[in-house]
Amino acid sequence: MKKIQILGTGCPKCKKLAEATEQAANDLGIEFEMEKVTEVKEIMKFGVMITPALVVDGEVKIAGKVPSVDEIKKLIA
Amino acid sequence: MKEDKCCCSGGVTTILACSGGSNVGQITNEVAKRLDMAGVGKFFCLAGIGGRVSGMVASVEGSDTVLVIDGCPVACAKKTMESAGLDKYRYVVVTDLGIEKVHDFRLSKEDVEHVMSICLAAVKGSSAVEVPSEA
Repeated sequence: MKKIQILGTGCPKCKKLAEATEQAANDLGIEFEMEKVTEVKEIMKFGVMITPALVVDGEVKIAGKVPSVDEIKKLIA
Repeated sequence: MKEDKCCCSGGVTTILACSGGSNVGQITNEVAKRLDMAGVGKFFCLAGIGGRVSGMVASVEGSDTVLVIDGCPVACAKKTMESAGLDKYRYVVVTDLGIEKVHDFRLSKEDVEHVMSICLAAVKGSSAVEVPSEA
C-alpha cells in the first residue's frame, strides 16, 4: 500500500492537491492511504519550504505546485 | 517557512549560498541571511540540495525565482545545483565583483553591501528593496 501525504496548512491549493491526488490514485486503482500534514513543524521535517507538497512513501515528489491529475498519476505510479 | 505563514501564495524566491570557508564564501552567507530577513526571499540549505533531500530539491524546483550565490569561480553552489538537475536560477559570483578571495572572516561592510545590491538587482531588477544594514 502506498502512503501518500499532502503537506499544507489547509488553504484551497492544499485541498485541491489532495482532491487531485485522490482522483489520480483512484483512476490508477492504487491501494493507498492518504494523510494530510497541516502542522508547519511537521511539514518542515520533510525539508519542504513551499506548500502544497506531495509525498509518496516518504519522498517529496513536488512542492509549491498543484499539478494536473495526469501529472500526478506519473508521480504516484 | 515562517511558523505563522502559509507558503501557498506563490511568488516564492529562494536563495542558495555556497557559504564557503573564505571571506567571499561567508559574504554569500551574510548576504543570503540579510535578503531573507528583508523578506526578499527564503534562504535555503545548499547542503540539502547536495544531500538530495527530496523536500529541499522539490521546494527549489517549485520556486518562482531562484538566486544562487557563489563566492568564487570554483562554483561549488552552481555545481551542487547542476548535479541535482536544477538549472533554472539567477547567478552571482562574489569574486566577479572585484572582491579578492582570502582566508579571513572579518568581512568588509562595504563588500557585503556591494554584493547585496548586486543580488537584489539579480532578484528584483532593481535595488529598491530596503534591507537591514547590520546582521
